[in-house]
Amino acid sequence: MSKIRVVHYINQFFAGIGGEEKADIKPEVRDGIVGPGAALNMTFKDEAEIVATVICGDSYFNENIEEAKSNILEMVKKYKPDLFVAGPAFNAGRYGVACGAITKAIQEELNIPAVTAMYIENPGADMFKKDVYIIETKNSAASMRTAAPALAKFALKLARNEEIKSPGEDGYIPRGIRKNIFREERGSKRAVDMLIKKLKGEAFITEYPMPEFDNVEPGKAVKDLSKIKLAVLTSGGIVPKGNPDRIESSSASKYGKYDIEGVMDLTEETYETAHGGYDPVYANEDADRVLPVDVLRDLEKEGVIGELHKYFYTTTGNGTSVGNAKKFAAEYAKELVADGVEAVILTST
Amino acid sequence: MRLELGKINIVDVQFGDTTKIESGTLYVNKQKIIDIVMEDEHIKSVEVELAKPGEETRITPVKDVIEPRVKVEGQGEIFPGVMSKVTTVGTGRTHVLKGAAVITCGKIVGFQEGIIDMSGPGSEFTPFSKLNNVCLVIKPVDGLKQHEYEAAVRMAGLKVATFIGKVGKDVQPDEVEVYETKPLLESINEYPNLPKVGYVYMLQTQGLLHDTYVYGVDSKKIVPTILYPTEVMDGAILSGNCVSACDKNTTYHHQNNPIIHDLYERHGKDINFVGIIITNENVYLADKERSSNWTAKLCKYLGLDGAIVSQEGFGNPDTDLIMNCKKIENEGIKTVIVTDEYAGRDGASQSLADADAKADAVVTGGNANEVIILPPMKKIIGMLDYTDKIAGGFDGSLRADGSIEAEIQVITGATNELGFNKLSTIGF
Repeated sequence: MSKIRVVHYINQFFAGIGGEEKADIKPEVRDGIVGPGAALNMTFKDEAEIVATVICGDSYFNENIEEAKSNILEMVKKYKPDLFVAGPAFNAGRYGVACGAITKAIQEELNIPAVTAMYIENPGADMFKKDVYIIETKNSAASMRTAAPALAKFALKLARNEEIKSPGEDGYIPRGIRKNIFREERGSKRAVDMLIKKLKGEAFITEYPMPEFDNVEPGKAVKDLSKIKLAVLTSGGIVPKGNPDRIESSSASKYGKYDIEGVMDLTEETYETAHGGYDPVYANEDADRVLPVDVLRDLEKEGVIGELHKYFYTTTGNGTSVGNAKKFAAEYAKELVADGVEAVILTST
Repeated sequence: MRLELGKINIVDVQFGDTTKIESGTLYVNKQKIIDIVMEDEHIKSVEVELAKPGEETRITPVKDVIEPRVKVEGQGEIFPGVMSKVTTVGTGRTHVLKGAAVITCGKIVGFQEGIIDMSGPGSEFTPFSKLNNVCLVIKPVDGLKQHEYEAAVRMAGLKVATFIGKVGKDVQPDEVEVYETKPLLESINEYPNLPKVGYVYMLQTQGLLHDTYVYGVDSKKIVPTILYPTEVMDGAILSGNCVSACDKNTTYHHQNNPIIHDLYERHGKDINFVGIIITNENVYLADKERSSNWTAKLCKYLGLDGAIVSQEGFGNPDTDLIMNCKKIENEGIKTVIVTDEYAGRDGASQSLADADAKADAVVTGGNANEVIILPPMKKIIGMLDYTDKIAGGFDGSLRADGSIEAEIQVITGATNELGFNKLSTIGF
């Protein structure tokens, strides 16, 4: 079998060109190994070989990201590599960002396995850990002796298309992707064991580290409702009877937008709920209980609100991922703004 | 309270002229079962079918799974307050038909019931694929309201399980396990140096068709209270819900609550397991506040050093879980919480609807959104006409060849939050 062809990316400092004063150099490519590539090659042995090294100044990359990326992509492409490795960047911030960005670009545009390595607090780690594998290193280049073999070993795994194990086993920074696995013990036993460790003050590993939640600031109060266009939206799953867009009863992958121009009241014959997470009897009898179109029409008539927007947007909140919910909202928030809607009532269940 | 649990191993189930156990085979009289179910005027028809491990059989829509048990010694009967008087249970001796179960099916709400595959990839996600099951597919009389249908099916399952359980009364069990919990002060005196541990047992009570019953009481209407663990083994708690079947506790799960079992395993060695606090998951904020205040208060009152808190369901109850955890921790009591995740089909979203830094010890039963393909099965017990709408299914879930592409959310018990399974999740 022929050797795996590797292209390696490093910055001006690790190429021995210079420090901060040389950080503005443009990308260049050299055949073979430069600088830390030698350490990677020790682990690659006969299986892989660094055929070229791309060097770019950290300032140049970060100040000219698009241009730098496209130039580097062209350089790398010419070598027809099977694998791309960037860094390790340790705790060098701009270098870490460059490594993350170029690794992501190579992976997505050239569709070849790509990996980088850096310290977990390097800003590049947070920016790119979801997109690419980043091998965790210590914070300074003094740890090159352990960082380079770890990076090279993982790179070989990627190139061989071997199964990637957990972050703990394979040494990369967790990407925040939750994957199901079967553990050795059932959950109850794991819970009892964990509690006993916690009671004894021994170290234990939680199976789900708590996320940090976004806190959304409530909008400012609307001073005069009588002049504005108001829209009503729901995650309670109210849809025209028959659920024409087949919005899922749980874990919604879509939302619906429905015209209620001239609709004064949601009736049992015309609307229902698609939501699978609550008893649907009362919502199906009278969908206004979830999406209060009837009272909003009254308020419109009384002049309390200027106008009820002609569309309502709806989905089922039941089990729907935050990712999907954010995506839906980003889309219809734009439409609402474009339609001149100034206030929204969001109902849940 | 001391309970002997005598396990009669059931390795096969067959129809027979009489209902009996003979060398590990459970024989059931089909007509007798039909007669019991048809006593209820709300029921139009019932089909009785058997499903065994390894068969190419799919059971759906599944409402409940119940283990046949019978009281042999000690006061009361199984399912007190429902199938018998409200006598306090949990003492004496109970026989269990281990390896057998009664499964109730019917499209009560349609999208709220689950799937059990007896073989193939789906079978690995549900404990009920390993059992010899007597399945009841129940149809209601015309015009019956959903909640009345639910009640009829619930009662039918309990009646049949009780009937079958009774044949184990005079059978010599293969194995006897003994569980004992003493009154609090005695228990503390017995193990003065061990940390006192309790179990906060959250019960699904989100509303009509989302209920759990304790000694016959709808647990929406309870304030948190204390139970001896052995009461649960005698059917003190039973299920009246199944929406998003992956993380709802069937009656079988309650009867065999593994947290109770595994706490007993370490009782007197590493911990002093002093009892259970049951609580609910109502949808109103005042109820959530009251119940979580009370669980924390009772934990403190019992002098606990640690507690395991288990959830039932997801989304709305995530708030109850976190409130319980936070308030119990605030009393200086260490907690481990048991939950599951809804991280999206790609696993990239946050998993819970609520979170707190105090919840630093979490056991997870898996990401319910992960997609699975269930191959076609030769035999369907029940019906497939709701598969696209089932919670965890989507438009096109049921394919032309009979296979199903859906989230594991559709599988009964897949991400159980009593820690019944080995399924879990890790961050990649």
